[in-house]
Amino acid sequence: MNETLKSLRFTLLAVVAALFVSAFIIVITDIEALGDGNLGKAFGTVGRAYWGLFKGSFGSLRAISNTITGATPLLLAGLAVSAAFKAGLFNIGATGQMLAGAVTGLFVGFAFQLPPIIHVPFALLASAAGGAAFGAIPGVLKARTGAHEVITTIMLNGIASFTVLWLLKTQLFKREGRDDAISKFVEDSAKLPKLFGFMGNRIDLLAHTGFIVGLLATFAFWWLLRKTTLGFEMQATGFNQEAARYAGMRTKSLMVTSMAIAGAFAGLAGGSEVLGLYGYASATVAGDIGFDAIAVALLGRSTPIGTLVSALLFGALQAGGRQMQVDTDVPIDLIIVLRALIVMFIAAPLLVKAMFRMRGEATSFGQTFRGWGG
Amino acid sequence: MHEMKFELRGITKRFPGVVANDNVNLSVETGEVLALIGENGAGKSTLMNVLYGLYRADEGELLIDGQATQFSSPADAIAAGIGMVHQHFMLVPVMTVAENVVLGVEPTGRFGSLDIDEARRMVREVSDRYHLELDPDAIIEDLSVGVRQRVEIVKVLMRDAKIVVFDEPTAVLTPSEILEFFGIVRSLVEAGRGVIFITHKLKEALEIADRINVLRRGKVVGEALPKNTSEAAIAEMMVGRPVLLVVDKAPATPREAMLTLAGVSVVDPDGRTVVDGASFEVRVGEIVCVAGVQGNGQTELVEAIAGLRRVASGSISLGGKNITGDSPRERHAAGMAHIPEDRQRQGLVTELSITENLVLTRYHDAEFSQGIRMKWDAAAAKSQELVAAYDIRTTDPSQLASTLSGGNQQKVIVARELSRNIRVVVAAQPTRGIDVGSIEYVHAQIVKERDAGRAVLVVSTELDEVMSLADRVLVMYRGKIVADVDPKKVSHMDIGLYMAGSRPAAVVA
Repeated sequence: MNETLKSLRFTLLAVVAALFVSAFIIVITDIEALGDGNLGKAFGTVGRAYWGLFKGSFGSLRAISNTITGATPLLLAGLAVSAAFKAGLFNIGATGQMLAGAVTGLFVGFAFQLPPIIHVPFALLASAAGGAAFGAIPGVLKARTGAHEVITTIMLNGIASFTVLWLLKTQLFKREGRDDAISKFVEDSAKLPKLFGFMGNRIDLLAHTGFIVGLLATFAFWWLLRKTTLGFEMQATGFNQEAARYAGMRTKSLMVTSMAIAGAFAGLAGGSEVLGLYGYASATVAGDIGFDAIAVALLGRSTPIGTLVSALLFGALQAGGRQMQVDTDVPIDLIIVLRALIVMFIAAPLLVKAMFRMRGEATSFGQTFRGWGG
Repeated sequence: MHEMKFELRGITKRFPGVVANDNVNLSVETGEVLALIGENGAGKSTLMNVLYGLYRADEGELLIDGQATQFSSPADAIAAGIGMVHQHFMLVPVMTVAENVVLGVEPTGRFGSLDIDEARRMVREVSDRYHLELDPDAIIEDLSVGVRQRVEIVKVLMRDAKIVVFDEPTAVLTPSEILEFFGIVRSLVEAGRGVIFITHKLKEALEIADRINVLRRGKVVGEALPKNTSEAAIAEMMVGRPVLLVVDKAPATPREAMLTLAGVSVVDPDGRTVVDGASFEVRVGEIVCVAGVQGNGQTELVEAIAGLRRVASGSISLGGKNITGDSPRERHAAGMAHIPEDRQRQGLVTELSITENLVLTRYHDAEFSQGIRMKWDAAAAKSQELVAAYDIRTTDPSQLASTLSGGNQQKVIVARELSRNIRVVVAAQPTRGIDVGSIEYVHAQIVKERDAGRAVLVVSTELDEVMSLADRVLVMYRGKIVADVDPKKVSHMDIGLYMAGSRPAAVVA
């Protein structure tokens, strides 16, 4: 069997295993049914919960729109983690890079008056540049001093969130009449068009063209890896830095470049949230997306297509989770458990092998986990 | 000491995609030395792991004195009287000999306190009995590799091993240490113990063994007695075809100097001088070999020449041009080919394809890229060409380099480095850990490069390789070049003495 297929099958099995364990959790937490000794009812809850999950994610146009809305920032931030993984770096700083991109995109969004055809790309470009500049910092620190990027990116997340908190309260960014950290609105000309805008102005269809940006970024990532010397250098460095140095590659400047590229993807994630979803920025605009992105990249094996598929899966779980909560008494927190289980099964390949009695199949994670090596 | 016979019958061990051991039969008794010889990947290590309880065989059985037994862990093997001296020593460098030897089987006094005097006494007793000359209070990190090996041997003997397995024991030793080691093996046998000696060196197997078993592709393909066989016969059994054991080359006709080092010193990050004022030149049309025991600065010397390590003082020039401060890529462009010491760590990115590895140092050439766009079609075409020209055994160059055997991986590096316009070849340990057939091939390529008018520098710790390949031999000891000799005019033993830091008597006089 072909390697890609094999790893795809393995990933699918991890998802199935996670759904299975989650079902078990739903049953044992359905206290009412268990109290009555009514196991049949408890299993019925599982069925209704998963049906709700499906309905809420793919069951209607609105559900699909919600899935896409959730997947958009996860995809772009996921690419940020994947791109760094490919170069052998563990980017935990997507959150900080998103915030940097959100602020720069926001600024261009409200400070200029331009026709949309120019304003939108300009604002997006500013987001990418903001994220890239902020992402490059841990790259420089590592290249110059050897400081491990896991530590520095975590620290920079803190720096970013407090800087944004402060910025949003300055006169420049502050919204008139508000004392909390909420920014001005961006100009309409800077807003990303709604994805389903052609269906009439339905306000419940939140999905925006940030998703198209995500698809283009996915393609750009694929192109970088497959077709360019830079992508080749990044991968060689990611797999074996010694050999890359031997081959004459400038591994230190590659660290900076790779982190800048990663930061640009995350910056776009921040920018597309501001320009596409909210129309303004708050201090919590990045939420947990930067961390969920790590799970997205892991599940997608850091490949472009894998990151896309797993971002869609996570977006679907998020959208479907809300429906599940409405339809049954199963709380949306189950989604967090489910995602954690998926990551756990991905990270513990032997467990999945044992569960599905797959014998002797090498499961290579390649550089996905290399970043720890430092 | 009572006698013991240890047998393996019909041992088969499979891994996904390979049969590592295929119906292997083997027996050894106390009082004899069995040499197990085979190329890398022939299944020696797997077999040893089976008999030491680290792997469970899929088929077959282990017998002790005719009784079937099973080892599910090394502890079982040790209890049954099997001891193993690993190739990589398992010693705690900051502890004394006595402390290391009793690690895990500490003699205790009252209240469970460590009885170090008893440990010292035990070490002294074993050391005296086998003439190992070990000081129980010496700290491991102060000891030479040969002495450390003896500490490992004491460890095994103290656990009362009747059969001692040595895994490639001579790989790390100097020629004189090898002779001492053989003395120890003989005294073990005289004291009634049995020895299994795993090696890929033909000479050593012939010298020390009572019987030789040859392993090829997981099978025992032959058994020989040293007195009625020859190196050539065993090499043929190992490889499966007749092999050329000596390098076939015409006398060198050296011309102008191409690579020149003048007083090159290298300081490691800890501040130690690891290469100390090396000055020599390599001329067009000659092969200069740097001999020496591993760890005497050869690695650092090569890295300095290749531009991977900063030179503290001195200069390096290539074809008359000073390249001391040039980057690896600039040296590469100036015509330097570098076959690195560790092919998996430096020479290849094993997780990338064979094609990608074949262009690893050349992807930026106009032939393979334009601006930032890679021309993968051109790379694939080149790769097809090189795979054929350099006899790289693969069905598909788009497969990962990790799927190749060691010898074929080395051919990928050789192909990449030699198949372009070069002036000097720097090869570090070019045949380490590869099969006899590939060694023959790599040697022929090196000679071919010399005859095509390149200057060739080879660094090797294999004295046989040095003596047969070199037109001129430099010996490195503690960072210094201590000898510059003609291999035809000196003996193995003389070079061995230089390698150990002393001088042959004839030269002193």
